[in-house]
Formats: sequence, C-alpha cells, structure tokens
Amino acid sequence: MIELNNVSKSFTLHNQGSAAIPVMEGATLSVAPGECVALTGASGAGKSTLMRVIYGNYLAASGQVMVGGVDVAQAEPREILALRRDTLGYVSQFLRVVPRVPTLEVVAEPLLAVGCDRQAALDKAAGLLARLNIPERLWTLSPTTFSGGEQQRVNIARGFAHDYPAMLLDEPTASLDVQNRETVLSLIEEAKARGAAIIGIFHDVGARERVCDREINVSDFTPGMAA
Amino acid sequence: MTPLLSVQNIRKTYGTRIGCTDVSFDLYPGEVMGIVGESGSGKSTLLNCLAGHLEPDEGRVVFDTRTDGPVDTVTMSKPERRMLGRTDWAFVHQHARDGLRMTVSAGGNIGERLMAVGDRHYGDIRDKAIDWLGRVEIEANRVDDRPTAFSGGMQQRLQIARNLVTGPRLVFMDEPTGGLDVSVQARLLDLLRGLVREMGLSAIIVTHDLAVVRLLADRLMVMKDGHVVESGLTDQVLDDPQHAYTQLLVSSVLQV
Repeated sequence: MIELNNVSKSFTLHNQGSAAIPVMEGATLSVAPGECVALTGASGAGKSTLMRVIYGNYLAASGQVMVGGVDVAQAEPREILALRRDTLGYVSQFLRVVPRVPTLEVVAEPLLAVGCDRQAALDKAAGLLARLNIPERLWTLSPTTFSGGEQQRVNIARGFAHDYPAMLLDEPTASLDVQNRETVLSLIEEAKARGAAIIGIFHDVGARERVCDREINVSDFTPGMAA
Repeated sequence: MTPLLSVQNIRKTYGTRIGCTDVSFDLYPGEVMGIVGESGSGKSTLLNCLAGHLEPDEGRVVFDTRTDGPVDTVTMSKPERRMLGRTDWAFVHQHARDGLRMTVSAGGNIGERLMAVGDRHYGDIRDKAIDWLGRVEIEANRVDDRPTAFSGGMQQRLQIARNLVTGPRLVFMDEPTGGLDVSVQARLLDLLRGLVREMGLSAIIVTHDLAVVRLLADRLMVMKDGHVVESGLTDQVLDDPQHAYTQLLVSSVLQV
C-alpha cells in the first residue's frame, strides 16, 4: 500500500548562504494493508520528515513514494489532493481549523469531502467524539478554544472519520490519559483489522509494542548517522 | 477531465515595465488556487488579465463554457465576455465599494445580477435576495438599506452574495479579506470555504496573507517581479519552499 524506494530529501536554505542540508538518503520501506509500522530513531533523525515526504508536504529530492499506486514525489497537486481525500489520512500533532467551525463539522468534514450523506457523516462524527470523551455540550463550539488534550482528541476523531486505506499517525497517544489512550489504540487496531496500512511515530513504548507489527529505524536513512 | 480554466503564457507589460509574464496553469473544477507575492509582484495584473478586465499582450485564457466547451476568452467578443462576467464568472473586489452599487439597496444589488441573466419576477428576485443575505449572515430586515449604511465587513459579505447569486462556476477574488479586522476575516473565511464546498466552485484568490491561503487554497502560486517563481500544493509550498523568495516570504511571517 505504501512503498518507498530510495527516497532522499535535502533542504537548501537560500537565505542562509545557500546551505544545503541533506536529511535523508536511500529511504526504502514497504507497508502492506493491515500492517502497522513504527518509525523509531532519536529526535532529529527524520521521523516527521519521512512522514511529511509521504504525505506530500515535503518534496522528495529523488526516489519513488508510492501510495495506493500514486507516486507522491511526481504527482500533480490535484492527484495528491485526491489521494489525501480518498486514500491517505494523516493525524498530525496539531489541529489546524478554520475559526468558528463547530467541532462536529470539523470531524465530519473528511466524510463530507468524499461525498458521504450529511446525516450519516454527522452521526459517525458524533460517535467518534463520544468515544473520545469530548463532552456533547462542546460539539457545537469551535475547537480553537479547547484544551491541548481535547484538541488532540478532536484531531484524532477527524483523522479516523473516513476509513482511509493508508494512514500516517504522528504521536497519536501523546498527552492522552489512560482511558483515551486505550480508545485510540482500539481505533488503530480496528483500522488494521479493516486492512489499513499504517505508519506511526510512537514515543509511548507500550503503545508501540501493542499495535505495531515491526519497527523501522530512520537513523538508517540519515546521512552521517547510519549505524 | 477538462480544466475549467487553462491559462497559457499570459504576458502583460506597461510600456517597458513587466506587469506579469510567462504565466501558465490549469485550474480544475472545484479547485481553489491562491496567488501570493508582495505588492508590485504582478498578482493583481494577472488576476485582471484572467478576468478580462485587462487585455493581455500575449497568451490565452481558455474557459470551459457550458454551451460551447473550451473558448479563448481573450479573443471572444466583448458582449460574450460581459455575459460570462455576469453568469459563470464572478469577481470579488478588495474594496466592496468597487463591486457594489452604493446608491442601490442591498436587495437591489443582489437583484441586479439576477435581472442581468433574465430574471423578471420581482417577488422571486426579492426572495432570492433575502435568501442570499441570510447565507452571508445579513439580517433580512436590512434588505432595503443601502450598502452605505453597512459596516465594511457587511459590505464585503454583500458583495460576495451579489456575486454568487447567479451560481457562477469560477470566482476571482482580489484580497477578499484585506482591510477587515481579524474576527470579521475569520467569519468571511468560514463563509467562503462553506460556499466553495457546497457549490463546487473554483476560485482564484489573490492575497498577501499566507494564513488565508493555507486555509482556503488547495494550490499556491508565488509571484515576484511579474514572474511565477514557485507553484504547487499549498502546504508543500509553505512547509517546504524551494525558491529563495518563497523561503524569505514564509520565514517573514510573524508567529502569534
């Protein structure tokens, strides 16, 4: 489902003496449907960079980034947009929303975008928010004023609203209490059971051991850091 | 899929100065494209060339019309282009005063565009006007007031209602949130996003506000000195800018 072939990434800082900083070289990995793979490596090794290259907000310098048959490294913007709408989900660490949009709408939006019936989308969103213990009285408010943990859970609900065949999870259990952590891990297990290919970053070792089938150490792809 | 708008090698000069040059892109139905750049970078010149307000020196602006398929709007006759401007195209000006008739009531401003496409039943026109005022969150009892009695934010929303009432397929926007305070901006952004999704609109938005494009635009084009220096997916251009100027632009934004 997700397949990387010899991907490299570097940043050129034109306004700082045109410094070229290679951050990734020869990244090769493959994740099958129903499989969850953890990215490991020290802070700064390039875990988030690798995720962003897969999601398409970082431009790969070379190599192939195949997700559901589309090469993200080469695809046109509208192909990537379609891929993100239908196939590839991403739960980042931060919620970014238009001010004033109610939480329920924020969570239902990915479903509406794939043409889901409005009532069905809102029902599913409500179910997810309830599972993640967001009190119902908050659903009609914009999440911009919520606490960090609440925003994180709204973000997760949004990320799991549509059944994406491929998912990227950036620390989905960070800053969650025991009960909500349990819910998120169940959501991940359910996604695996329906055949989603998942790549995640988990600093929480217990969570990683429970949901991940194997680990990939991104230090192997870091220039000058290879073990 | 046929692009809704196909822009090919647009060039516009003012004497020896370059307004914009070598601009080409395809816009597909439902896509929102942002154009950013500092003042004087040619973004408004480009927008005016695309919308038929300025005649480009070179290039084609091919629009996929409902009746005749793709047609070059630069070479089409003036009445045809005017008709397009009243039906399938809409233009939202930065200053609402440029897009509204200030001496005509709010309802009249919306109704005028309906009459231009052949609506004649007064009751229907008034009902539609009131419906659209509601959609842009202006109370129905303001329908007979003139825009001069409205606040800046309300005028801007009225301008949007006037433009969208005829169900256009392509909207040009020139700094639609410029000059509005942030709470009004947020409201307008939310409104525009909802309308874009519900009506399946395509839009081209010129702005210098990177936060606006991140929320509204799928794709982004960065202009400097009349040239397009970088284009791509909005979050890719903002998160991983490749060109020196874009890097400067992105790193110059103040964090709040």
